[in-house]
Amino acid sequence: MAKRIDVKDLNIFYGDFKAVEGVSLTVEPRSVTAFIGPSGCGKSTVLRTLNRMHEVIPGGRVEGKVALDDQDLYAPSMDPVAVRRTVGMVFQRPNPFPTMSIRDNVAAGLKLNGLKNKKQLDEVVEKSLKGANLWNEVKDRLDKPGAGLSGGQQQRLCIARAIAVDPQVLLMDEPCSALDPISTLAIEDLINELKSQFTVVIVTHNMQQAARVSDQTAFFNLKATGQPGRLVEVDDTQKIFSNPTEKATEDYISGRFG
Amino acid sequence: MSTLSTVDESALPAARTNDDFGGKSGGRAFCDQAARVVMWVAFVVALIPLVWILGATLLKGGHMLLDIDWWTKSQSGITARREGGGAVHAIQGTLIQALVTALISVPIGVLTAVYLVEYGRGRLAKAVSFMVDILTGIPSIVAALFIYAMWVTTFGLQRLPIAVCLALTMLMIPTVVRSTEEMLKLVPNELREASYALGVPKWKTILRIVIPTSFSGIITGILLGLARVMGETAPLIILGPYTAVIATNLFDGLMPTLPTMIYQNYTENLQPAIDRTWGAALTLILIIFVLNIAGRLIGRFSKVKN
Repeated sequence: MAKRIDVKDLNIFYGDFKAVEGVSLTVEPRSVTAFIGPSGCGKSTVLRTLNRMHEVIPGGRVEGKVALDDQDLYAPSMDPVAVRRTVGMVFQRPNPFPTMSIRDNVAAGLKLNGLKNKKQLDEVVEKSLKGANLWNEVKDRLDKPGAGLSGGQQQRLCIARAIAVDPQVLLMDEPCSALDPISTLAIEDLINELKSQFTVVIVTHNMQQAARVSDQTAFFNLKATGQPGRLVEVDDTQKIFSNPTEKATEDYISGRFG
Repeated sequence: MSTLSTVDESALPAARTNDDFGGKSGGRAFCDQAARVVMWVAFVVALIPLVWILGATLLKGGHMLLDIDWWTKSQSGITARREGGGAVHAIQGTLIQALVTALISVPIGVLTAVYLVEYGRGRLAKAVSFMVDILTGIPSIVAALFIYAMWVTTFGLQRLPIAVCLALTMLMIPTVVRSTEEMLKLVPNELREASYALGVPKWKTILRIVIPTSFSGIITGILLGLARVMGETAPLIILGPYTAVIATNLFDGLMPTLPTMIYQNYTENLQPAIDRTWGAALTLILIIFVLNIAGRLIGRFSKVKN
């Protein structure tokens, strides 16, 4: 089910401002890739180009190639809505739909896209909540509002919602930055399980987290202040954290920044 | 503290007394007191006219509403000199015209707001927003004269209740646009993005996520706009003169309303008519009050749950 992502010579713009320059990397199926780097260097921006969410922002546009198993995501014939069904996303802050119950939140993607069969929906809800390690905590209150859960539970609810539409790839934009350590641990365990089914790309500010969950790590940095962000180095997580090729990577990881 | 503490307390700085902080500043305390008094006075002053109006209408018009005839009969065949009859013709007229006005303005207003918040970029959006601002500032009599000039002078048509609704629509659309716009802006962008990221198209995101999330606010705005329109009198005087009989056809004849009933009876200067003026005024206040309560209730039973 999972697919490979190939990014080639990617430039990303906000209007006339070039935010990210010349990113090329490959993400293998059923692996976890972590994006690390200082704030404002374009990690989240790159992540959002992988499911065409970048262009939702006024003025946002992209040059270069992003392919999913040789299928060009930015081909003129490609429908961005279809891309987003294939490449799911979890955001920095948990954002369950406030008008919906827990059940409806999980089923939202399918329901809004026209699936009506109640039995089928219930099956997907149970499977997704189990997949997000949330089923046991909420199975008795599926009709309660999703916004009533704790922050960590809400984030797992959002993960359940994202995997309910059965994507090939799951993008996570700092999914634990608004959570306490215990909820973070729960999400990290979950990421480990998710990679058996999905290709996962995660943006994180927490280097220990990157080291714990990812197979591959990409380090982004700004060339200089006011310059576009770029991909400094991408390699096996082991190698990045023990013996990086670039000096800048080593400085950042060891805390000798700048 | 001292039994638990192993720290030598004499080594700690002496406990601060009030004097170390310089006590409470006299000037600041005075300003606090003065501001408090001014605030209360302003509050009471603002409340006086409200209580006064309510009290006067209740005292002078209350007894009219207690008569069952008020809610069941019209003024058909009753002169200003005589007592009796009711206001059902005017109540009906006001409700019908408000309903029709809402039916025209709400779709236009809500869709305009959706355009401005969700789609509008660049010059067209700016132009629309500017027009709405101008429309908000149009005095109701000008709106009425515009419709009169179009309806009667240009097209040569009779003055009809539907023309009144058109004039009221001009007044209601900008309030609906503005209030709906504010409510749509309050919906966090994260919810839209969450929906897009599930592969939900934009139009469906607006219809199923954005509007339901802001639904109660939109309804409240619509009801407040409606309440305002119900009390408008200038368009009614110009386009929809009073009549004492029940009329329900929007496309024929005249349709009485509460504001025109108030105006008509006020000009008579006879006791039965004066009573009816106050009665109609109280009825109008009551209807608008009920609308506001309904707005609150809908807000409470909205679908946003916590």
